[in-house]
Amino acid sequence: MTTTKLWGVLAQYENPATLFHACEKVRDAGYQAWDACTPFPVHGLDKAMGVKNTVLPWIVLVVGIGGSAFMLWFQIYSMGDLYPFIVGGKPLFSMPAFVPVWYEITVLSACLTAFFGNWILNGLPRPHHPAFQSKAFERVTDDKFFIMVEATDAKFDRERTKALLRATGATLVEELED
Amino acid sequence: MATQALPDNPDVRGDVVLPDTVVGREALIRGGHSFHDITEIVCRVNEAPLLATPKPFIFGLMLAGAVFAMFGGYIGYLFWEGPGIWGNNNPVGWAWDIVNFVFWVGIGHAGTLISAVLYLFRQKWRTSINRYSEAMTIFAVLAAGSCVALHTGRIWMDYYLFPIPNQMGLWPNFRSPLEWDVFAVNTYLTVSVLFWFTGLVPDFATLRDRAQVTWRKLVYGGLAMGWRGSNRHWHVYEKAYQILACFSAPLVLSVHTIVSFDFAVSQIPGWHTTIFPPYFVAGAIFSGFAMVQTLMLPARAWLGLKDIVTVKHIENMNKIILLTGSLVGYAYAMEFFVAAYSGNEYEGFTFLNRMGGPYWWAYWIMVSCNVLTPQLFWFRKIRTSVVASFILSIFVNIGMWFERFVITVTSLHRDSLVSSWDYFVPVTEVLFLLGTFGLFFTLFLLFVRFFPVIAMSEVKGVMPQANPHWEGYAQAHGPDDHAHDAAVPGTEVH
Repeated sequence: MTTTKLWGVLAQYENPATLFHACEKVRDAGYQAWDACTPFPVHGLDKAMGVKNTVLPWIVLVVGIGGSAFMLWFQIYSMGDLYPFIVGGKPLFSMPAFVPVWYEITVLSACLTAFFGNWILNGLPRPHHPAFQSKAFERVTDDKFFIMVEATDAKFDRERTKALLRATGATLVEELED
Repeated sequence: MATQALPDNPDVRGDVVLPDTVVGREALIRGGHSFHDITEIVCRVNEAPLLATPKPFIFGLMLAGAVFAMFGGYIGYLFWEGPGIWGNNNPVGWAWDIVNFVFWVGIGHAGTLISAVLYLFRQKWRTSINRYSEAMTIFAVLAAGSCVALHTGRIWMDYYLFPIPNQMGLWPNFRSPLEWDVFAVNTYLTVSVLFWFTGLVPDFATLRDRAQVTWRKLVYGGLAMGWRGSNRHWHVYEKAYQILACFSAPLVLSVHTIVSFDFAVSQIPGWHTTIFPPYFVAGAIFSGFAMVQTLMLPARAWLGLKDIVTVKHIENMNKIILLTGSLVGYAYAMEFFVAAYSGNEYEGFTFLNRMGGPYWWAYWIMVSCNVLTPQLFWFRKIRTSVVASFILSIFVNIGMWFERFVITVTSLHRDSLVSSWDYFVPVTEVLFLLGTFGLFFTLFLLFVRFFPVIAMSEVKGVMPQANPHWEGYAQAHGPDDHAHDAAVPGTEVH
């Protein structure tokens, strides 16, 4: 035990209600580097944890507008300038006929950004995490609820943090090694 | 909420029709299951050892695989001989190749409607069926893609479809409806796969955490990408899911609209109408829901999912089939009105010819399957009957295939020049259609065997005990806790 470094503390809860109230207490105790893990998104837990809104929608907006503008420009450029060629009597700059491809590329660029942005902002793929050492944590994707507090948190104190988690109704409190 | 005692047997519980209550709604998941029960019910299908795969399943997979292999041979034959192996003739230049394409793309739309549109409308019942339907969407779009890739004839030249300039710097014509189609279908496939995969990651993590065998740990572990259910992750994840839903919802409308442009932008009587986009979209959702029913009704019985996919879900889907089927019937009538009101004799001839011309039989199969059968769903007894739903869904599938046949072939076979009139008779096309079914069912059966068919994390999220303020919990820890909540600012979450 002495040779390994303490990564943090893991606490298990049996249902969303106790987890919810426990999160409020951990938040109010002033912890920053901590997390709650659940098998499904628990309604209202973001507020109970004090999670800030993600910037993802803004990234999607910017890239979506960028992709959209690019495709409109590209259609005008390739159809009207690179090789001007009248087909079907449509003028070189035929806005209505550019709409479908323009629209599809807007959707595509926004969706690719939302998809990859989601994983990048979440730091996934991440093959290993200290919590995966815990046997109990295997049920986080099934029916158990967890809170983990990292040792790097300014407020972290091995015994006091564990006591706080126990007091909030945790059925199991474990230490995690780095 | 009025509760009625349900039988204990999970094989019949899901089929019991509960009376509609005035206040409250019936539970989406029957049988009083815990979160863990849901995991068990869904995962046991995937976790059965390979050697213990049920024999009927192996038989089904072999059958579908054989048809798929036949499709491969058929593609080779097409490659060698060219489209002369089809019955296409001079006025009927588009026939089963395009009919199959529109048929399959249309089927895909139900999956996106369920996963995106119903999500945005907060229809919680969608969680029981969305995974399944999204998979159906992807495989249907792949089948459609294979039709459209093969219909070009010289299939080694298909790269001309993609935005690649030729040696003179000439790009594909972005003003052409056929090019719009390439972008629409490819975007649709990509976005559907992204949406599907995003939804699958938490469930892959469940399979990873339960895996006992090394290959399962590796495969599901890789697919789950280290998902650990962190709420900070869920926060971004849900936002991303919402954004994907917001963009997929108009995609449902746009893709089939663009497919209809392939017809509507041309000047053939019978194709050149402005009602095509909404009419095609309604038809697509109609046929897609029918296909979901065709696939889901046997699966829920065989896989033991009746508590999760109950008769309430079936009834809801039948209501959508009734609505979209009525829209399709209205569109058929409106086409005739437009033809009559336009006073255009070519339009008028085309529509009378559809009803009473050489292809009258196709027209009346279409009308009886698409207009008459869904109307039976006005009766609650039929709407809530599993057997009736299954049979009627097959009728709708047949009818919707014929709708595309009627639109494509009957509009073409009577050209403006009487001397070029001809009658289209399929030659080897039936193998083409069959082959796409082989592709679809092979992929679908593999999906059912190895991927979680129910979105577990989403189903758990709509169960009553998933709400931290569920009554059952309030009783457990008393009113004091809640008095304390209200005192802390920013904790009111309702």
